[in-house]
Amino acid sequence: MTTEFRHTTISPERIVRVREAAFRIRQNALVEAEVQGQGYIGQALGFSDVLAALYADQLNLDPTDPEWEGRDRCLLSIGHYALAIYAALVEAKFFPQEELKTYATDGSRFPMSAMSTYTPGVEISGGSLGHGLPIANGMAMGLKRKNSTATVYNLLSDGELGEGSTWEAAAVAAHHELSNIIAIVDFNDQQADGKSTTMLSMEPITEKWESFGWETRRCDGNDVEAVLANLIELRELEAPRPRVLIVNTRLGKGVDFLEKREKLHFMRVAEEEWSLAQKQLHNSFADESAETDELREKERSTTEDGGRA
Amino acid sequence: MSVKSEHGTAIGSAGVSTEKKLVSGAMSVDLAKEGQRAVQAPLGQALLTAADRDDRIVGLSADLAKYTDLHVFRDAFPDRFYQIGMAEQALLGAAAGLAMEGFVPFASTYSVFATRRAYDWLALDIAEPNLNVNMVCALPGLTTGYGPSHQATEDIAILRGLPNLTIVDPCDATDIMQAVPQLIAHDGPTYTRILRGRVPQVLDEYGYEFELGKAKLIRDGADVLIISSGLMTENALEAAKVLQQDGVDVAVLHSPTLKPFDSEMVLKEVARDRLILTAENHTVIGGLFDSVAHELALEGVTKQVTPIGLPDEFLDAGALPTLYDRYGLSVAKIVETVRGRM
Ligand SMILES: Cc1ncc(C[n+]2csc(CCOP(=O)(O)OP(=O)(O)O)c2C)c(N)n1
Ligand SMILES: [Mg+2]
Repeated sequence: MTTEFRHTTISPERIVRVREAAFRIRQNALVEAEVQGQGYIGQALGFSDVLAALYADQLNLDPTDPEWEGRDRCLLSIGHYALAIYAALVEAKFFPQEELKTYATDGSRFPMSAMSTYTPGVEISGGSLGHGLPIANGMAMGLKRKNSTATVYNLLSDGELGEGSTWEAAAVAAHHELSNIIAIVDFNDQQADGKSTTMLSMEPITEKWESFGWETRRCDGNDVEAVLANLIELRELEAPRPRVLIVNTRLGKGVDFLEKREKLHFMRVAEEEWSLAQKQLHNSFADESAETDELREKERSTTEDGGRA
Repeated sequence: MSVKSEHGTAIGSAGVSTEKKLVSGAMSVDLAKEGQRAVQAPLGQALLTAADRDDRIVGLSADLAKYTDLHVFRDAFPDRFYQIGMAEQALLGAAAGLAMEGFVPFASTYSVFATRRAYDWLALDIAEPNLNVNMVCALPGLTTGYGPSHQATEDIAILRGLPNLTIVDPCDATDIMQAVPQLIAHDGPTYTRILRGRVPQVLDEYGYEFELGKAKLIRDGADVLIISSGLMTENALEAAKVLQQDGVDVAVLHSPTLKPFDSEMVLKEVARDRLILTAENHTVIGGLFDSVAHELALEGVTKQVTPIGLPDEFLDAGALPTLYDRYGLSVAKIVETVRGRM
């Protein structure tokens, strides 16, 4: 599953650190979703590996100063992924752990849809889809004018590829050589009315972005190493082009019964299922960790053997 | 980027309380209360009946069939349904094209997206050529606690200035089901603020019948006149029952068609000497209140009218019952407002 990368070698420690962050983001998301008993939980679980790569590795942020001028701007165009972003912001120490339980309650800083007016660390008010990329363009222009080295990330969904505004902005970014933009498209093959590919297919997605003049990559969005390697490469690349990473993710990733359940945009989880969800999440993380240990062991012994030969 | 002061800005100053707070509901909560008479998916049902008899009828949605009750039509007539994907401009453009070819399209999305995102298509491709396109849009006014992105607080204000367009704000399942055949028969564009899921059935009890373009007196009363539309008619009727117990006699005039507005009926009812209020699930700017004020001004009628409606603000996110109270739309708040004016 590991892709070959020209410029990057990532240490196993770094990958493990991001995987652990992804695990905690998933735990956080379950804690939030339980408050409401339902919600965009499938998306949050599916996208946690990407969020971990961003919030535990790639983004330059200061949790004590969310509006720090030098920060990377990470725009959540997909406002309905709110519980995922709060889970990541808690992991990045923007908020105390206990605040997760206020999710979607009256007066909370964590409303159901992510809005910059409510939540420090949330850059834009999403909810109406297709707004992120146009705003990212303006921010990227502004940052270039200020000679800032910050990068603008825009997180969008396969559903948002239906909106004309996404493609208008894609053309603008390429024309103006906004190389300080990295867009990430969560291809989870899900939209409100059903499976994206059968409902209204936008494939071939990679070729579409390429033909718009974007530096384009696609990988398994639940493979932390591949996501990290691609993000590092896209950031370091010397090219006068905006960049996009399309990630294929699995709805409900990490919670077995949610991965197997009928795929839905809005998932309901029964009261007694939440503890099972946390348990299955633990188990799948334990399995994944055992695999990592094994791999690392193998790696060590082969390099040792190689050294002797 | 400024953060709303009441939500706090400082990190770690959450002030997390342990008291149980109300939670924002799902995106599309059922409006019918438990035990209330209700109809499941009234729009979908009425469309099935109509489509059985009239094969000009087609359906389209922008990734929201399931959330606008158009999935009922989609499932029964899959080859007469077009999934447009999440592309509201393309949705209304395609609806216009279908109407130009002689079909009668029902196009669905949420109210905010039809009016804000796709307005230019609605105006120039549908309203200007006066096409028989029926836009059926969910989440009107304040019907979700999701925040401004989904709260169509100003959809009527946006649309009232459009020539040719008929605007309908139904109260309940009776209104919606009786409106559908009239929307089809009306040879011009219509925009209906639909209620979806389990929708209360209220007005049939009063011997009411929906008539496009007509306001109807649902109940008479000697002291107060509430002119209302949409789900506020149900709340006004409930408030009237409460006030009755205090000996306050409240009339409720339901005006589900906001354009063309039934000025004749409104002026006739306003002429009687009563306290006058309007009640709408919409900002007090550019909706029912303004429609009434407009007619009074044109006629030279000088009477005070008190608006009950949403404030000129972006609304908070939160639980619906909290928000209905906060913004004065709940039955209790209507009662309070009427008493305050007596
Ligand atoms: C402009 C706009 N149109 C429609 C909606 C309603 N809506 C919310 S999420 C969604 C599905 C969009 O696809 P995607 O983000 O891929 O869905 P998910 O993967 O979360 O199921 C829709 C249509 C919206 N929020 N904004
Ligand atoms: Mg999706």
